[in-house]
Amino acid sequence: MADALLQAYGLCKSFGALRASDSIDFELLEGETHAVIGPNGAGKTTFISLLSGDLRPDAGAIRFAGEDVTSLRSPARARTGFARSFQITSIYRDFTALDNVAFAVQAHAGHSFRFWRPAREESALRDPARRMLEEVGLGARADVPAAKLAHGEQRQLEVAMALATEPRLLLLDEPVAGMGSDESQRMVEFLTRLKGRQSIILVEHDMDAVFSLADRISVLVYGRIIATGTPQEIRANADVRRAYLGEDAE
Amino acid sequence: MGSRARVVFWSAAIVLLALLPPVVAALKEPFYLDLMRRVMIFAIAAISLNLILGYGGLVSFGHAAYLGIGGYAVGILAFYGVYSGWLQWPLAMGASALVALAIGAVSIRTSGIYFIMITLAFTQMLYFLGVSLEMFGGDDGMRIKTRSQFSGLVDLSDPVAFYYVVLVLMLASMYLVHRLVNSRFGMVLRAAKSNEARSRAIGFSPYLYRLAAFVIAGALCGLAGALLANHTAYITPDFMHWTRSGEIMFMVILGGIATGAGPLLGAAVLLVVESLLAGWTEHWQAILGPLLILSVIFFRRGLAGVLPGARDG
Repeated sequence: MADALLQAYGLCKSFGALRASDSIDFELLEGETHAVIGPNGAGKTTFISLLSGDLRPDAGAIRFAGEDVTSLRSPARARTGFARSFQITSIYRDFTALDNVAFAVQAHAGHSFRFWRPAREESALRDPARRMLEEVGLGARADVPAAKLAHGEQRQLEVAMALATEPRLLLLDEPVAGMGSDESQRMVEFLTRLKGRQSIILVEHDMDAVFSLADRISVLVYGRIIATGTPQEIRANADVRRAYLGEDAE
Repeated sequence: MGSRARVVFWSAAIVLLALLPPVVAALKEPFYLDLMRRVMIFAIAAISLNLILGYGGLVSFGHAAYLGIGGYAVGILAFYGVYSGWLQWPLAMGASALVALAIGAVSIRTSGIYFIMITLAFTQMLYFLGVSLEMFGGDDGMRIKTRSQFSGLVDLSDPVAFYYVVLVLMLASMYLVHRLVNSRFGMVLRAAKSNEARSRAIGFSPYLYRLAAFVIAGALCGLAGALLANHTAYITPDFMHWTRSGEIMFMVILGGIATGAGPLLGAAVLLVVESLLAGWTEHWQAILGPLLILSVIFFRRGLAGVLPGARDG
């Protein structure tokens, strides 16, 4: 059995009267792909944001690689090895695709108080970025401004940026949302190739994608995790079926 | 814009500026030498503001503070009989950098309208500090009898020599900012302007990078202040008046934010049009205002956006 890379204990987060996260306990093993599913409004994005440090929990703790990271904000967590994609694509729209990824490589390459040498001429940043673009299938689009890429390509670019920071943990918030079926199939194939060498927490609505990618699945309903298990176990779980049949026809 | 257009643009600009003194001498119109020197001094101030406003997204409405600090550094040292530019100018830049560090440390924690208001408030405080300095002329300011001296290297009381000093410093400032914004440091600055959430998610806290840029911009504008004090041979709190901050900001926007040539184009057009109109009617501001509004509406990307080769430094 692999060691736990990330553990969350009793995470709570409320927005006014709404309990978006209600004492969540969660564990991710090293190298595991762990999907979090649940009906709309179940608190999936809140959960990801608590893990990434974009939100602070009202109570609870998060341990990452044996360290307590609860008090670290998102930039500090990113430097310890977190990387995330957002539900609404978050890229540098006025940079080219290559500039986007090269900047993510730069984030991983120590401090940036380097004032003189042109960053666009540094092969230490450009070469890994080009390789990463090739890997996600955007090699031919390197010099296109990110704003001009198709929606699916922008999602791919965001994943490429996350990977370019060489994270120990990848947090993906609906990576195939809004994609056509070809695009989403390509993304799933790409994520399948990452499986095993990259620890991933995946929030996703697309059940085909979830069941083909995940080693384990946790089901989040009204801010609580009601079940965790392998895809087979989750499929057979009566509570899960009830939650989904009652709330969401997917 | 191709790189050829860029080479043509910059070569033409540099040759024109370098040839101005002999042309002006031949035409016996020294006024234009004076005007262009003033343009280039304000261009340096605008170049420094463009670093934080254009590339960093920090809309400082108090940039004239550093014109004032740079100017007062020269004026106060001269008042005590210290005329050496080797002392005056580094002190002007150092004092400006220190004040920028203090103002930036507080104001960069805020954003949007709060940032604009805080930078404005700090500069108003410095303005009233200047007004209260009775010893140095208070409200009226004071004359600077002797220009900065550079021990035989260059004589600033020669208007042509002073013109070339300003030209060289302006070109050097442009080159400095050009290098800065394209370095790793500059990429952090531009990325945080473009999408701060993304920058934080990949591991950058923009605060220290922004603060560093704010301090560099303050020091550079302090140099412009030292030059301006020498240019006018006079120093008053009006150097720091909020309308002055607005003028510098307008130069940046009119010229084209985050462009290499924008600050120079903006300073040139604003000051030249201002002096033409002022020679024609005393109600020149009533004409300049609408002209500025029209120019912002029609040149969305600034003047540099319509001139081939002017966009990048």
